[in-house]
Amino acid sequence: MANDKKKEKKDPVLAIVPKYTRGDGTALDNVNKIQNKKLKGGIKRREKQFQEAAYKAANSELLLTEQGGFLEPEGIEKTYQLTQRALGKEVDVATSHKMFNLDLKFGPYSIDYTRNGRHLLIGGKKGHVAAFDWQAGNLACELQLRETVRDVTWLHNETMFAVAQKKYVYIYDKTGTEIHCLRNHIEVTKMDFLPYHFLLTTIGNTGYLKYQDTSTGQLVAEHRTKQGKCDVMSQNPATAIMHLGHGNGTVTLWSPNMTTPLVKMQCHRGPVTALAIDHAGTYMATAGLDGQLKLWDLRSYKPVQEYYTPTPAASLSISQRGLLGVGFGPHVSIWKDPFRTKQTSPYMNHLQPGSAVQDVRFVPFEDVLGFGHRNGFGSIIVPGAGEPNFDALEANPFQTKKQRQEMEVHSLLEKIQPEMITLDVGMVGKMDKAPIQLINKEKKEAWAAANPVEAKELKFRARGKNSSSRRHLRKQAKNVIDQKKVDLIERIEKDKKERAKRRMGNEDEPATALDRFSGKKRKME
Amino acid sequence: MKVKVLSRSVEDATRQRSNDIHKIQRNLDPTLHPFEKAREYTRALNATKVERMFAKPFVGALSGHVDGVYCMAKHPKKLDWLVSGGGDGDLRLWSLSEQKSIWSTVGHKAMVTGVSSFLEGNRFLSCSNDRTVKIWDPTDNSTSLPTATYTGKNAFSGISHHRSDNMFATSGSAIDIWDHDRAEPVQTLNWGVDTINTVKFNQTETSIIASTGSDRTIILYDLRTSQPITKLILAMRTNAIAWNPMEAFNFMAANEDHNIYAFDMRKMDKAQNVLKDHVSAVMSVDYSPTGEEIVTGGYDRTIRLYNARQGHSRDIYHTNRMQRVFSVIYTMDNKYVLSGSDDGNVRLWKARASEKMGVRDYRERAHLEYAEKLKEKFAHVPEIRRINRHRNVPKAIKTATQRKSIMINSRKVKEENVRKHTKKESLPDRIPERKKAIVGVKK
Repeated sequence: MANDKKKEKKDPVLAIVPKYTRGDGTALDNVNKIQNKKLKGGIKRREKQFQEAAYKAANSELLLTEQGGFLEPEGIEKTYQLTQRALGKEVDVATSHKMFNLDLKFGPYSIDYTRNGRHLLIGGKKGHVAAFDWQAGNLACELQLRETVRDVTWLHNETMFAVAQKKYVYIYDKTGTEIHCLRNHIEVTKMDFLPYHFLLTTIGNTGYLKYQDTSTGQLVAEHRTKQGKCDVMSQNPATAIMHLGHGNGTVTLWSPNMTTPLVKMQCHRGPVTALAIDHAGTYMATAGLDGQLKLWDLRSYKPVQEYYTPTPAASLSISQRGLLGVGFGPHVSIWKDPFRTKQTSPYMNHLQPGSAVQDVRFVPFEDVLGFGHRNGFGSIIVPGAGEPNFDALEANPFQTKKQRQEMEVHSLLEKIQPEMITLDVGMVGKMDKAPIQLINKEKKEAWAAANPVEAKELKFRARGKNSSSRRHLRKQAKNVIDQKKVDLIERIEKDKKERAKRRMGNEDEPATALDRFSGKKRKME
Repeated sequence: MKVKVLSRSVEDATRQRSNDIHKIQRNLDPTLHPFEKAREYTRALNATKVERMFAKPFVGALSGHVDGVYCMAKHPKKLDWLVSGGGDGDLRLWSLSEQKSIWSTVGHKAMVTGVSSFLEGNRFLSCSNDRTVKIWDPTDNSTSLPTATYTGKNAFSGISHHRSDNMFATSGSAIDIWDHDRAEPVQTLNWGVDTINTVKFNQTETSIIASTGSDRTIILYDLRTSQPITKLILAMRTNAIAWNPMEAFNFMAANEDHNIYAFDMRKMDKAQNVLKDHVSAVMSVDYSPTGEEIVTGGYDRTIRLYNARQGHSRDIYHTNRMQRVFSVIYTMDNKYVLSGSDDGNVRLWKARASEKMGVRDYRERAHLEYAEKLKEKFAHVPEIRRINRHRNVPKAIKTATQRKSIMINSRKVKEENVRKHTKKESLPDRIPERKKAIVGVKK
């Protein structure tokens, strides 16, 4: 036993096993109480397999050769004092080429990178759209649309992108050919794409959040937010929930399956100006016109840190390794580990003189941050931003054409249905632990809601002994008296009297031979 | 200031020559793989749909018999061989790979009621209602006569050969144990039964014999002591018996009451499992060589495949032209099942309806194994379960199933109502499903 303990201490892999473990680790808690031996054995065996799998996955970290970037100050140096120019002298040539600035006249620019970080799409407000492989420097297409461009976004890969123009949203292919015009997305200000669901989400001046399936072309959902114009939107990359920032300082969380927001959070005292969610979906950063920059825990929906910006932040972005990029005025500042500890100074700073930053994006799998601003597009180096080891089957920066095509087919086959977007990502296949009575009751209610029974109205048929009103009276509880019942009784009485009167005729008139058919009873004289 | 920035060289990350395979770098960090469960579910759903789409179990029909096929036997060592006996006394040897008859003879003057092949050589046995047992050697081309003929006093209803000895058992008015070299039975076993329907040697515990009688009994004998071990009386007659090839003490009994009962010969007071789903009498049963699955043929003109440890069938096979199925066999490679039916055809089916036969390369195999595991993981999700269970069955089977379930349910309701209105003191114990069919056990 003592030996085992020593071994455990020596094995460094055990420390990282929890990162790869699924489930809450309670599966074996009550297993010994199970009577059925086969079931018990099966559960134990399976749990052992899971543990082995987690251990093997942790062990395979050995194969991750690349180390993350970093900045290490020596002596009184401060990392935030390091300028890009000084940094450029320290790094290799290939990296220094990633540091550049494009002066363009059609700004301010909104930008987007593909999921593998290889391709860049920029869209200038005055109608200039360009798509290129920014690392190789190959321009895929450049468009002058002569129309307002509010936002641009890549779709599932670099062959297609969407542009939110003056009135509608258009989809272009990589050669710049317009392939679709989405006429039901009107005056869109912000777009996003959910790559695993193939959903293009848009929000605009009308305040409608729309989900368009780009594989089938169907409009999956449109939700009226009832909060007016909106131009702050971001997806939670771990759950595919859309976060919207509104003019009254609230942030609302949406899924295509609910017409009302899943969560409403009062985040700021003024309009929300920017929003970003981290890679794992646990933290959210929001910035408001009140100058605040707040960081939230999305598990508890509570603020974890509060910072401020000298001028309201225009854009936020969180990198794969948890750096927070803030664009405000002409500045871009980057914060390291801002969520768990309150930082007193930023990690890095960058000034784009004489301009205003519009859109900040970290590049996936690179130590680079790109930002679109009023006078063009800038790209700066931020050591330690990107994930050093990519997974080639998920997002491959060195993808070949054939691999891209293969991946496109596979991702289409594995498209997740929009109905599966929920706050709890592990929902599917989970056991409903509620009592069976409750589940049945819920089922019944759901069925009743789907098949409403129209309440039958009281019919007053022609008179007769067994009229509907009489039957109604008969069937009601005898001891309950309500207005309807009283009215009914009165009416029946009145009808009866009238009928009797009609039948008896005038008392004064002499009897005739036909009286025998009237059914009246006369007194013998 | 110490600086390190990510800088990947294209040369390191991509292949050097076009003949090389592409470099695939993996990182198993769960945050890089979002929607893990939802994607797995989608894959499982697709795999389930694909499985149903490719479910084409029928391989071929071996036609040649003029009358129905009432008995079949597989060779314990030869995958390719199948022997079948017809209603007109016709005996045929089939090559399964060529799907044709390679030898045939009219061996008996009446219906062939049992065939059995055995380890030694290429010979096999047949028994018939014409009161003879014959040993045949199909490889001997010089003569079409049997190698040996044994004559009994009454018609034979079944035959089974010992695993290794020159000994076989026949059933009829009693169980006779024969030696190859003797013209008369060396032993006769009877425990007060008029007619014995079938007899089966246990192939692992080789001196055990199981037999079923027309008086609803299953009797087990041990040849070492020449004594009966157990006599079990069920509610209805048992038509066939199959010994588990891996667990020597377990066997399946195909019963007239539409069910198959799994018994442990050590504890016969209770069935180990009751396998339901047939809508008419089950006429024959056979274990897969792994002992994990069984195949059954029914009077309802269907073949069903069961996991031996589960209560309901995992698949049902039927065709328009197939009549009552009187014999079924699971092949020794665990991949095919064979059925012999009233219409005179022997039919060859895949044991797993959508399985791709032939050589599969590593990637394909890995993909299929992964899909199989995913299907297992999400098997309980309603959508997947619905697709997985869906079968188009003949109208007769469907209506019969519905009617049967209505009848069973109404009986259950009635029993519950009776229980509800009975005094607690006089309330009888509930009889478990596994004991319901058992009338009595004698030791």
